Amino acid sequence: MTVIADYIGRTARENVVNALLKARENEEFNAILSYSEERALERADKVDSGEITGRLAGVPFIAKDNFLTLGVTTSAASNFLKDFKAPLQATAIEKLEAEGAICIGKANLDAFAHGGSTENSAFGPTKNAFNQEHVAGGSSGGSAVVVALGIVPFALGSDTGGSIRQPASFNNVVGIKPTYGTVSRYGVVAMASSTDTIGVLASSIEDAELVMDIMSGQDTKDMTTLPDFFAPAQLEGPKKIGVIKEFMDEGVDSEVKAATEQYIEALKQKGHVVEEVSMSLLKYALAIYYIVVPAEISSNLGRYDGVRYGARAEAGTLGELYGLSRDQGFMQENKRRIMIGSYVLSSGFFDAYYLQAQKARTLLVDEFNTLFKTYDALIGPVAPTPAFKLGENTSDPVKMYLADIMTVPASLAGLPAISVPAGKSQNGLPIGVQLIGARKSDALLMALAKEVE
Amino acid sequence: MATQEMLDQYDMTIGIECHVQLATTSKLFSGADNDAREKEPNTATSPIDFGLPGMLPVLNKEAIVLAARAGKALNSEIAHVSRFDRKHYFYPDLPKGYQISQMYQPIIIGGHVDAPLLDGDTVTVRIHHAHLEEDAGKLTHHGTYSLVDLNRAGTPLIEIVSEPDIHSAAGAKAYATELHRLMTYAGVTLGNLYHGNMRFDVNLSVAKKGATELGTRAEVKNLNSFRSVEKAAEYEFIRQVELLEKGEAIVQETRGWSDATGKTTSQRSKEDAQDYRYMPDADIPPVVLSDEDIAAMQAGLPALPATYREAWSSLGLDRSVIESLLSTQSYAVLISEIQQSFNDDVARRVAHWFSSAVAQTGEEVAIIASNFAPEGYGELAEMVEKNELSSTAAKEIFQELLTSTDTPRSIAEKKNLLQVSDESAILSIVQEVLNDPASAQSVADIKAGQEKAIGFLVGQVMKKSQGKANPALAQKLIRQELA
Repeated sequence: MTVIADYIGRTARENVVNALLKARENEEFNAILSYSEERALERADKVDSGEITGRLAGVPFIAKDNFLTLGVTTSAASNFLKDFKAPLQATAIEKLEAEGAICIGKANLDAFAHGGSTENSAFGPTKNAFNQEHVAGGSSGGSAVVVALGIVPFALGSDTGGSIRQPASFNNVVGIKPTYGTVSRYGVVAMASSTDTIGVLASSIEDAELVMDIMSGQDTKDMTTLPDFFAPAQLEGPKKIGVIKEFMDEGVDSEVKAATEQYIEALKQKGHVVEEVSMSLLKYALAIYYIVVPAEISSNLGRYDGVRYGARAEAGTLGELYGLSRDQGFMQENKRRIMIGSYVLSSGFFDAYYLQAQKARTLLVDEFNTLFKTYDALIGPVAPTPAFKLGENTSDPVKMYLADIMTVPASLAGLPAISVPAGKSQNGLPIGVQLIGARKSDALLMALAKEVE
Repeated sequence: MATQEMLDQYDMTIGIECHVQLATTSKLFSGADNDAREKEPNTATSPIDFGLPGMLPVLNKEAIVLAARAGKALNSEIAHVSRFDRKHYFYPDLPKGYQISQMYQPIIIGGHVDAPLLDGDTVTVRIHHAHLEEDAGKLTHHGTYSLVDLNRAGTPLIEIVSEPDIHSAAGAKAYATELHRLMTYAGVTLGNLYHGNMRFDVNLSVAKKGATELGTRAEVKNLNSFRSVEKAAEYEFIRQVELLEKGEAIVQETRGWSDATGKTTSQRSKEDAQDYRYMPDADIPPVVLSDEDIAAMQAGLPALPATYREAWSSLGLDRSVIESLLSTQSYAVLISEIQQSFNDDVARRVAHWFSSAVAQTGEEVAIIASNFAPEGYGELAEMVEKNELSSTAAKEIFQELLTSTDTPRSIAEKKNLLQVSDESAILSIVQEVLNDPASAQSVADIKAGQEKAIGFLVGQVMKKSQGKANPALAQKLIRQELA
């Protein structure tokens, strides 16, 4: 199944204009923060005149607003960067543009990608594509919703602990979080350097494969990128798949569990072998994540100081300049993570928290690796529940963090993990299933999912 | 005031941290020009140095090569695996809110420097480690506002951390001097102290002689000359002894040094010390080097000062002469080339010429020569050996030769300085002088056995020959005529 193919058949201008019109019609979802009309139309004309060609010639897309893009602001959904115009583009954007794709606008997110509901945006929450009283998920909530609403065939997201997979599952779209290092992070506002990945949200696996094929590869501007290994693949024979027992426990919503079991049945019918597996260290994953990631966040957000760019507060002293600029520029959740991160890195606590968490992380990686000696992929839900109600978790950060419990393990281990639609709950909210693979097995996961799409 | 008797009861212990700016083409993590001298503010920068959102560091391999060479010069081990860490603090000259450094696994481990003292001793200073890090930018303050210049932000540095092995101010100066020579000879840095290419932090504590524990130390930061390293150490020693003698405690603190006042002053105490929240930098993979990689990086390292000292031992030069020549690598290379292509006598003579030229100019600005071809200097020295030139005339030609491509013989001819060693020519001048009535007294004195009087007559011969007569020959002929 491909939606992108339909776009290739039309003129670029028609694609862009239609996408912009549809975006305007759906502004109530608050999924888009800014439009890049001028640049998009300019590029569309170049495609139509044959000046720009490529595998995505004239195909419109939307980027999460933490990708640096020309022709439009890059706000990271924060007050700090609300007027920030980047002088250069992210490598991912450059690669898509080189194949003729056209960025028409920027999608809403939790400010600086901190959150799992897009409620932490400085510009208001994005609403779920299937029920406006529910969250879009996050942090790539806007990207999931624009694809679900059919505004664009694909959108770019970043996934640090589930930020592509969870909103994809909440909005019935495909979400790809690749192996760490598959796509360059250059030009994407950094959250946690050791788990940030760049991926795609799309209407179909096949479309996602094409976009991943274009975006992946080594980049001299990002030392952590891997030599290009990604190529869409076909399955050769039946695979052995492990169902993560801890992800199917009593804490998981019964409808989510049922949808996952149904998906497993479909895999079995295709001849794959599915067995239950247990991971003893999974219960520590969330604790590890909420030490390591805030530590990296507190570091990566140090540059937002009001001195060189971004919002600068009126201040009388240097201390006030820093304090007030950061107070006004960051959201509550940004501040919470900066404080947690600064605490776990501070002298006297570093060994007990950060170092200990990194050691536990290594053990978790080992446990995954052991399983992948036997299994080709692991399966489980993406999130314990379908999209929760707007405001439901905002007063309880721990409850909000618990929603990440199934997505953070793959992030900590740098593993590819994809979220694919697996039906809906009785009240019509989408449910997603997650496939996790060994490092660089991204194409295999997609091939598996394609069989039961 | 501390009396000498008081000071004699104490020992000082010094460890030195030295920041060395690496002579790479581009910065440590960006492609921006690494040479910020004389550039307009913020023109030698890139989005990476500016700390824009989404920017990532890209490690400059040339910096790794220079670090490996620095390590060889320091007799150190190069780590097979080294890593980068982030050191966090807020300051407007630090664009990312952290400095990328190496806290946990530095690239250079251990080593030692043997620094010669002028009294003939050598102070051996062990190196604890040296790590790579990026420099910060520069702030200038203008009354109600301050300006940020990020040209220097991201410049690669290695910070060389010594063990506390130094026990005198002269030793501190000798170590700093030798470190500068090692780093410039190895091509690691341009070594321009005026531009801050090397900056020294002196950690000094005092303790009663025989004490088993070191005293509390104070750190004097940002010294940018060998002399200020020595003077600051001398000052700190006395300051700390005086405090202890008054029964006061030494405060662990950072102090600044003023060349103008010759004093250190308190800048920041330990209580104000920042928590840098060090953490590994996940944007930069570990630097993994095999033995072969390291050997390739260190291959072709130029000769270091110790090699020259060894080679010159046959020249019989004073230690001060040797050290003044070593202050500039190109002089050291030149003298060695002359030693090889001529002989020790020629090399010794040229060495003395250079040494006094350096002494006249001051060793830290010893850029006096542009001519580094050994032939001319060697030929000049040979002309003196062969009595074709007086030593005074040779010095004059040497000065010109420093910046000239002309041969010494041609210069001598142009200046009419060639010595007359033709016996018949000098004899006629000698006879002329002896016949002069003004010489009568001297002639009489000599004949009466007053040998010293011959000096006047030789002087007269030199005068009449306009300095070109060979004085030894003139003396011989005078004796001969009077015999």
